Amino acid sequence: MTDLNLLNQVRAFIDAEADMLDFEQYAEWLDLWTPEGTYVVPIDPKETDFSNTLNYAYDKEEMRKLRVARLESGEAVSTQTTDKTVRQMGRFRILDENDTHVDVRCSMYLSECRHGNLKTYPADITYKLLKADGEFRIEEKVIRLQNSNSYLSSIGYIL
Amino acid sequence: MTEMIDIKPVVADYDSMIKPDKVHSDLYSNADIYEDELDKIFNNTWVWVGHESEVPDVGSYKTAMIGRHSVIVSRDRKKNIHVLLNRCRHRAATVCEGKRGKTKSFMCPYHGWGYSLDGALRAVPKPEEYEGVFDKSEYPLVSLRFETYQGLIFATFKEDLEPLEDFLGGAKKWIDLFVKQGGGYPLKVLGDHRFRFPGNWKIQLENTTDAYHFPIVHKSFVSSVDDQTAEVFDFLDGEGHVEDLGNGHSVMVMIPELVDLDKDLEAPIPERFQELADELAAEGHSDLEVRRMVRAVGGSGFNLNLFPNVACSMAFFRVLAPISVNETEIHHVAIGGEGAPSGFNQMRLRLHEHFQGPMGFGTPDDAEAWERVQKGSHAGSDEWILLNRGQENLTTSPDGNISGAVCSETGMRAAYQQWKKMMTA
Ligand code: FES
Ligand SMILES: [Fe+2]
Repeated sequence: MTDLNLLNQVRAFIDAEADMLDFEQYAEWLDLWTPEGTYVVPIDPKETDFSNTLNYAYDKEEMRKLRVARLESGEAVSTQTTDKTVRQMGRFRILDENDTHVDVRCSMYLSECRHGNLKTYPADITYKLLKADGEFRIEEKVIRLQNSNSYLSSIGYIL
Repeated sequence: MTEMIDIKPVVADYDSMIKPDKVHSDLYSNADIYEDELDKIFNNTWVWVGHESEVPDVGSYKTAMIGRHSVIVSRDRKKNIHVLLNRCRHRAATVCEGKRGKTKSFMCPYHGWGYSLDGALRAVPKPEEYEGVFDKSEYPLVSLRFETYQGLIFATFKEDLEPLEDFLGGAKKWIDLFVKQGGGYPLKVLGDHRFRFPGNWKIQLENTTDAYHFPIVHKSFVSSVDDQTAEVFDFLDGEGHVEDLGNGHSVMVMIPELVDLDKDLEAPIPERFQELADELAAEGHSDLEVRRMVRAVGGSGFNLNLFPNVACSMAFFRVLAPISVNETEIHHVAIGGEGAPSGFNQMRLRLHEHFQGPMGFGTPDDAEAWERVQKGSHAGSDEWILLNRGQENLTTSPDGNISGAVCSETGMRAAYQQWKKMMTA
């Protein structure tokens, strides 16, 4: 039996994260992470050895902060022509749970608008969440874009 | 073997569109010129299709594009490399999809013709109806002429083209320098970022020899690195230069100290690589080995632009594939050392991710600028793209080549002269 209480807690957490990213509340977003947390956008969706392979993004804490600083600086011209994103998280499933962690998989439909062109990026996302004082912290977030193995266009925001 | 026969009428007066100091905007947007380029340039020269490390074993393959042609690079049972047209000899279906991998043979999905790794037609289902019609030996996958230099594989449709080494000419010296960045290990492809931008392929060709844009477009990247590294990337006022290497090739030296990675091994270790140096030393590597790797890990201090489709760009291969007159696919191929310590290759991967690819801190801003070039170039009816930066401040390099300042447009002028030569041949 699915633990609906846990599922609801997880959904609320992930929906809140999505809202922070869509509404560019990056400082709050950075606080959702554990210091050791890893944010990954792999190229091959089947890949599991992220540190030894090439990814679109492989961010530890420092790189996450730099990525946010770049978005907020106004120095990157590619971020200036992208309107805000809209993302829908769904299809939540608890893959594993123990005393300290919850592993979750869900889907994401993200739409972006650059230079007036609407584009969609569907993705499967897995989270490893740390249970911390009745809250969650992200220990790992892996975004597997549906078209990651072919070619992308510039992505001037955080997936 | 096939030879391309060009029977198309003259599309445009190319002589009048390429001046020594400028090129006509139509070069970015005229679809007839684009088709003519695929015939006259991509069907008529050495085109980069891969690096030997991408097909390391028996059965390894990768796919690539030569202009409008899909090709397969494979390694057969005798470990020989082949470059094959990705097209079944029966009724043309591609026999290989996917970027790279391993296989025992190439099987056509349509009627099941099976080809071996060297392209030979091995089996056809229900062969009786071909009895007296043809022999299997007459229909192998079409094999292209190819040659390699330092592991870089180039192929061509032209049987009587000059040898690859003659075509590379003055660029060979720079390829020799570039491959030193394995840090004492043979160069190995570690993966690639692929992205497209809505613009003509020559906009990207130009960009690899455009230092002028760096501090403007890549301001946010420079802000994201430590002060010491930011200083290294502040090269516009430095001692660098751009050199015309002939045949459309050019080299842009941004960081002269990092031209020869075998030299100055005693130089102090940059702060950002100190942790890596400590890690490698702790693993038991000698001081010299550690210094060689640390010096090589960030790549070479130059961009070598090879006409028409590849660049050895500081720490990676930049490959371009024209998709249409106003769309181009770019591969940023990450490289490291074959058998090198994992810490070395991991650092190279992380540096690549930091700048390159659709989520890097550099590439998206380049792509934004290129997209705007394409868009802007449609405005006006008889407008030009300027290439005259630094043209009155030229010298002769020690190798006897035309040389300009690091932020001059010397490399672009070289590429467009080769373009004109090929388009008017
Ligand atoms: S098209 Fe390949 S077997 Fe028919
Ligand atoms: Fe750039």
